[in-house]
Amino acid sequence: MGETAAASAALDTIPRLLARNARGMGGKPAYREKEFGIWQTWTWADTQAEVEALALGFLHMGAAPGDHIAIIGRNRPYLYWAMVAAQSVGAIPVPLYQDAVGEEIAYVLDHCGARFIVAADQEQVDKVIDVQAQLHGLDRLIYLDPRGMRKYDHGKLTPYADVQAAGRAKADALRGELQARLDAQTGADTCVMLYTSGTTGKPKGVVLSHANIIETSKNSSEFDRLRAEDEVLAYLPMAWVGDFIFSIGQAYWTGFCVNCPESPDTMMTDLREIGPSYYFAPPRIFETQLTNIMIRMEDAGRFKKRMFDHFMGLARRVGPAILDDKPVSGLDRLRYRLGEVLVYGPLKNALGFTRVRVGYTAGEAIGPEIFDFYRALGINLKQLYGQTEASVFITQQPDHEVRPDTVGVPSPGVEIRIAENGEVFYRSPGVFQSYYKNPESTASTKDAEGWVATGDAGFIEPDTGHLRIIDRAKDVGKMADGSLFAPKYVENKLKFFPNILEAVVFGNAKDYCTAFINIDLTAVGNWAERNNIAYASYQELSQHPQVLAQIKAHIEEVNGSVAGDDMLSGCQIRRFLVLHKELDADDGELTRTRKVRRRIIEEKYHDLLTALYDGSGQVTTETEVTYEDGRKGRIRATLNVLDAAVVPVGAQRMEAE
Amino acid sequence: MTELNHEPFVTADGRTIGPTVLEMRNITLRFGGVTAIKDISFDIREGEIRAIIGPNGAGKSSMLNIISGFYTPQEGEIWYKGAKRPPVKPYEVARQGIARTFQNIALFEGMTVLDNVMTGRLTHMHAGLLSQALWWGKAQREEIENREVVEKVIDFLEIQNIRKTPVGRLPYGLKKRVELARALAADPKILLLDEPMAGMNVEEKEDMCRFILDVNDEFGTTIVLIEHDMGVVMDISDRVVVMDYGRKIGDGPPDEVRRNQDVIDAYLGVPH
Repeated sequence: MGETAAASAALDTIPRLLARNARGMGGKPAYREKEFGIWQTWTWADTQAEVEALALGFLHMGAAPGDHIAIIGRNRPYLYWAMVAAQSVGAIPVPLYQDAVGEEIAYVLDHCGARFIVAADQEQVDKVIDVQAQLHGLDRLIYLDPRGMRKYDHGKLTPYADVQAAGRAKADALRGELQARLDAQTGADTCVMLYTSGTTGKPKGVVLSHANIIETSKNSSEFDRLRAEDEVLAYLPMAWVGDFIFSIGQAYWTGFCVNCPESPDTMMTDLREIGPSYYFAPPRIFETQLTNIMIRMEDAGRFKKRMFDHFMGLARRVGPAILDDKPVSGLDRLRYRLGEVLVYGPLKNALGFTRVRVGYTAGEAIGPEIFDFYRALGINLKQLYGQTEASVFITQQPDHEVRPDTVGVPSPGVEIRIAENGEVFYRSPGVFQSYYKNPESTASTKDAEGWVATGDAGFIEPDTGHLRIIDRAKDVGKMADGSLFAPKYVENKLKFFPNILEAVVFGNAKDYCTAFINIDLTAVGNWAERNNIAYASYQELSQHPQVLAQIKAHIEEVNGSVAGDDMLSGCQIRRFLVLHKELDADDGELTRTRKVRRRIIEEKYHDLLTALYDGSGQVTTETEVTYEDGRKGRIRATLNVLDAAVVPVGAQRMEAE
Repeated sequence: MTELNHEPFVTADGRTIGPTVLEMRNITLRFGGVTAIKDISFDIREGEIRAIIGPNGAGKSSMLNIISGFYTPQEGEIWYKGAKRPPVKPYEVARQGIARTFQNIALFEGMTVLDNVMTGRLTHMHAGLLSQALWWGKAQREEIENREVVEKVIDFLEIQNIRKTPVGRLPYGLKKRVELARALAADPKILLLDEPMAGMNVEEKEDMCRFILDVNDEFGTTIVLIEHDMGVVMDISDRVVVMDYGRKIGDGPPDEVRRNQDVIDAYLGVPH
């Protein structure tokens, strides 16, 4: 951005960025949302008017500086406005995960003492009402979609539109107060509080200041040359720091347009209609898309299938090189161009990736095949490494230096240090202020000089300066014989098989490693259908002998590859079982961002874990499951425990020859 | 008895429902020598959810077909909105604001969900053939207006993701929802649902219940439904008519009907 130093000094809060955008590019689209089948557009000027009306409404209800205003629902322009309106009156927006169950919501709402809650619809309102007794600070519950709520007791309920209407009606009386509060803000004030899902313990409220968000957004926007003409699709949870940075931080800094899908189920169609130029997705979305393409290609005619295979072979060979501006022969370039017309172009169009200039994936390791597939198509997909405490960015991959096995170089303004035990530390303008009401955790995470412990073990490659992450530092352990145990390393290799959704590897302080496997119902179900294999339930399919045999083959393949790594060859899996239910965030087994919670799984499936180590061939278990609406049930199952062949260390090299 | 009942009625859960809108008086329907319905009378009040239950062959669907004008009873009178209804054709009933869904799904399989739901607006389109063919003037205006109504229904029933999907490719539970959408698009005063939950799994049933309640709550639509699943019926309906072998054996709020000895006998059987 061509801001002078003096001008950018005044642009130190999100509401000030909004004012600048409304002034400088008031007619340009800021938000779109598909509703009733049509994309509705709000310009930056419209956005400012909507935010102001809501902010005045908040003032009218008595919102005071420092109040917490919780926001819960799927990505909608109205909810983004609610965050900025909260900031405008000096309150702190606290977005929550919309799929969180009642207890989780109750904890967070009570912890931050939310005075106001903006809920998207009846479902969210019901959740809040269920836990209302535990919420002491709650003044008013504001809801967006009035459907189904006419007969509710409106003692504490107010429709969103009414809050805005009240704000507009009292505008003359309240505008002075609003302006005074806006003027009083500085970059050091709190911009947002985001609860980290946390792989252990209760969620922690990460306090981020306006300066954290704006500095980070500025640096990262310049890094990838983001422009006001860019388009993003906002579909990832609003409670997640990434969405806050992309859909508020960077959007307000550069002025690009944030598009909200019509419903979660229409995401893929909406993606295609919008054709974003800047796109972010966790690895599982790329995996799912690739699985879907492959399933559809299996069903395609023979000619199409052959054409696809031929050109994808070519793309895998030369595509990434072309993307990285490396030398490629003229003939190959010509053939790649033909492929673009016949295969890559239409495929990218079907996926909604035609206009993607910068794409990122993060959160988990992505399989090299998956990563290369998208890059081969000419999509500039890169990896970044970050966390909530850093306002996302710690490292990211610059254009032309993209590899599946590293997470890139330190982002602009970020310093990295590797501790002696291998743990990665960083210091940056984005480093969080504190954990809310939790000084002990703040002190143990961030030291006096501002260095933050990531909890991840990794190292910097000497030649390239790229950071490589091995595993969570606390998950890295030792086997009984003293060799290194890094479960994530093996799990990632396993998860790269399309029919394995999730894997959990055990072995710390044990003689050998074992694993729980979750099959991917889409991939395995499709395979079963194709091969006329009947099954009545997930549970039955998971224990089918042929499925078990496939998984066993995958594990043995991974064992072979793990054996090739001198440091980690002890992590080969000797025994495994396929779980009878999908690991689920509703049961506390995964975090809301789908990271495995090891301790909880270990405790919950204690009986299964015992069976993996006591030599039994079968084990019967009963598991509690939580349904989406919070009710609980139990399922019983008998699982097979299987042995997998391991490659003796040392023999590996001979075999490879 | 010619006067309509204007007294408000308070249901078991404390809702007040309106005066009688449709009344069946001494209806008898015969197919040749078989008497499908024998001298049945009951009323439907504005804004209520009225269930008709009974074992197989009790005459429930026939009763719905009489209301929708598909069958004309040999005896009895139908009073609609305070006037006696002469024998009418189904399309005339539709124009009077009574829409229905079918027990066996009756959608156009090859058409998209959107087009299927649009057919529900047919009674609201009046443009001439020429205007339609040229898609100019009135036809264009009408199409846009009607599309708006349809999109609201699509949004209401949460089927945006299948808007452009041919109905033939949808699973059963969704087809049922599309049928409801089409009926709803007609903007009916009374909605007749013939076994809306038949063949559904528990989750689909819960969804459908939610939608039926929401339709009733949001648009104030009077709903008449036939259902086998007793749990569902007792949960969502305000009043229940029980039929057995073409006769009415019970009529009243769910709790009352549940205690009715004739109903228990009809459902559980009696020792002979």
